Amino acid sequence: MQRIGVFVCWCGTNIAATVDVKAVAEAARKEPGVVFATDYQYMCSEAGQKLIRDAIAEHKLTGVVICSCSPRMHEATFRKTVEAAGLNPYMLEVANIREQCSWIHKDRTEATEKAVVLARTAIAKVSLNVPLTAGESPVTKRALVIGGGIAGIQSALDIADAGYEVDIVEKQPTIGGKMTQIDKTFPTLDCAACILTPKMVDAAQHEKITIYSYSEVTEVTGFVGAFKARIKRKARFVDETKCTGCGECTSKCPSKKNKNEFNLGLDNRTAIYIPFAQAVPKVAVIDAESCIKKKTGKCGLCQKICGAGAIDYEQKDEYIEREYGAIVVATGYNPIDLAKYDEYAYSQSPDVVTSLELERLMNAAGPTKGTLLRPSDGTHPHTIVFIQCVGSRCDDARGKPYCSKICCMYTAKHAMLIREKYPDTEVHVFYIDVRTPGKNFDEFYRRAVEQYGVDYIKGMVGKVVPHDGKLLVQGSDLIANEQVRIEADMVVLAAAIEPDKSARSIATMLTASIDTNDFFTEAHPKLRPVESPTAGVFLSGVCQGPKDIPETVAQASACAAKVIGLLAKDKLKGNPCVAHVNEEMCNGCSTCEKVCPYGAITYQDKEFRVPGPKRTEIRRVASVNEAVCQGCGACTVACMSGAMDIKGFANKQIFAEVDAICR
Amino acid sequence: MSFEEKEMAENIKRISGVNPRKCMKCGKCSGTCPAYEEMDYHPHEFVAMVEKGRIDELLASKSIWTCLSCFACVERCPRSVEPAKLIEAVRLEVIRAQGANHLKAVQIPELLDEKLPQQAIVSAFRKYSK
Repeated sequence: MQRIGVFVCWCGTNIAATVDVKAVAEAARKEPGVVFATDYQYMCSEAGQKLIRDAIAEHKLTGVVICSCSPRMHEATFRKTVEAAGLNPYMLEVANIREQCSWIHKDRTEATEKAVVLARTAIAKVSLNVPLTAGESPVTKRALVIGGGIAGIQSALDIADAGYEVDIVEKQPTIGGKMTQIDKTFPTLDCAACILTPKMVDAAQHEKITIYSYSEVTEVTGFVGAFKARIKRKARFVDETKCTGCGECTSKCPSKKNKNEFNLGLDNRTAIYIPFAQAVPKVAVIDAESCIKKKTGKCGLCQKICGAGAIDYEQKDEYIEREYGAIVVATGYNPIDLAKYDEYAYSQSPDVVTSLELERLMNAAGPTKGTLLRPSDGTHPHTIVFIQCVGSRCDDARGKPYCSKICCMYTAKHAMLIREKYPDTEVHVFYIDVRTPGKNFDEFYRRAVEQYGVDYIKGMVGKVVPHDGKLLVQGSDLIANEQVRIEADMVVLAAAIEPDKSARSIATMLTASIDTNDFFTEAHPKLRPVESPTAGVFLSGVCQGPKDIPETVAQASACAAKVIGLLAKDKLKGNPCVAHVNEEMCNGCSTCEKVCPYGAITYQDKEFRVPGPKRTEIRRVASVNEAVCQGCGACTVACMSGAMDIKGFANKQIFAEVDAICR
Repeated sequence: MSFEEKEMAENIKRISGVNPRKCMKCGKCSGTCPAYEEMDYHPHEFVAMVEKGRIDELLASKSIWTCLSCFACVERCPRSVEPAKLIEAVRLEVIRAQGANHLKAVQIPELLDEKLPQQAIVSAFRKYSK
């Protein structure tokens, strides 16, 4: 018989205000096996933990029940406490009488009654607990970074600087991400390329970093410390090791009318192309869909011209398989598609552009060489209207419920830059709220208004109508309480941002959770913001939530610190609560093998002693790889002969809990 | 807000099914309204005034008769507040009170002119047919 101690926590008033903690301790004391029960104000405090340790020693306890907050909060804390007193850490059970009781009930009598039942349940379970020992697994000292934008680059550089190998997998032909398309950065107005490209080069030249551009992660198996990833290197039809990036091929390619993704379709590129001058790696790529040679078999001009002999039309997709200890997700974002917002005439007029398109129209490497011209007729715009919150803060099916966070600042930046460069241009900004929390951010916005004379109008635009080469903008000015009409030359829409489309499939691949908006979920929103709840998966940049460049870089470095902390370990302690097969009962049906999502179960033939003249017989039985098993319990549910159990959550323990509740 | 004001506001919310608390005060409804200039209280003000219980003023307003019921504000509201439904509810309150109708149906044809939008004529029949 176990000697069980029950410790009821008040959690200040969190529990004690709704639950009669003394009554819970009193009731627990009457349960079979319980030799000691008490209550205390803060069980997790040092004094509270000492109380537990002392009681274990004094009453020779073999099992401990803590009635407190959720086990997600303090189970690890209390496991350490009982371990320090010489007990096996798995001889502890936590009854959640806060989140599942005091916080959700108002009636003290009812809440106390429920707390007693929850305590009784945990006591019933701990009576059947057995000591468990966690196994150890090795750590592969290499990190995988999915996404090569500023977030991925920063995380990779920090991890590599600590001495660990890092692979960056980027689906585009070059690393750099969205930041390469941005002209200037707020609030200091330094040029994005000037601060980004040195980092791209650092990443390319770092001896510990390998860049797989134009590649995608297609499969991930394994677990923290020992992930195995399959990376698809898409055929770029150019040998990366031979191409010198001279660009000769791009100047001669006859297929010239293809949408230039880098300039968001505002101009065209050739079928063989280098995305932009500072691309890393600076290697050409052939877009097979527009290449004449690939489509018709005739042409081959680039191959003839290339002095390095790098062109290979027969190149095939290649796959690499490699092991990693940690995975960083840095998949970034995209502006939403504005097709659904036809009241702003985005699809009706080329002069209605998104803010990212405006970045290209103002960038020296953009389609207009940095002179702001209307896409429709190439003239200078004299009146420009900015519309904020297009698709952000919407609760309808068209938009996103969240604030995209970056738009207020980049719009102030655009407005300011335009007023500075073209003082004859009128700039109006329609806003709902101007949100500028951040160092020197509000000062920046005020400068746009006070020094640069940008006209901020509190209100929203109702519609934009293209008419006679102009754009008729109708909106409300809520402060003046009037409807305003502006005849504009250009309209700029601050489109909401959303996670990259790949987020969902990557989350599935990694069994990492995402929220309803496809942003990756943190392990804890405040205290573990750069870790995914899936061990060994870390979050960097906008894939976790909207953020600007300084915040992204800060998070990327924080993420790297967590990865380094993991890779610095030689061994990881596993979770002992894994599946266990009772071979005597296993009938060899293979059902568990089929339902196991981690591939942890295999079958093998084993020799068993049997009564009778044969003495032994060979039977096919399940075998669990404890290092791979995640303890999800699917096999125990599927097993028809009752041979499968999860250690620490055995079927008889669960039944004991149910019995305790129903008593 | 007095008890009467509160009761009247609750009634308007019940008839319209609109929750004015969802409004984030962006003003897109008034920005998009084609009848804005003809109104004394504008769509965004309707939302704010129902929330504050100022129903008496709305019942006496010109706006309830000049709203075209084109539903542009409903279509474009980012928070799905649906201001036109509030205006419709206030209008119904007036129509349902005996003898409080703004116009009689027979008076409508002589008021029609060529410039009047089709939408206004269609919605007028709904407004004045009782």
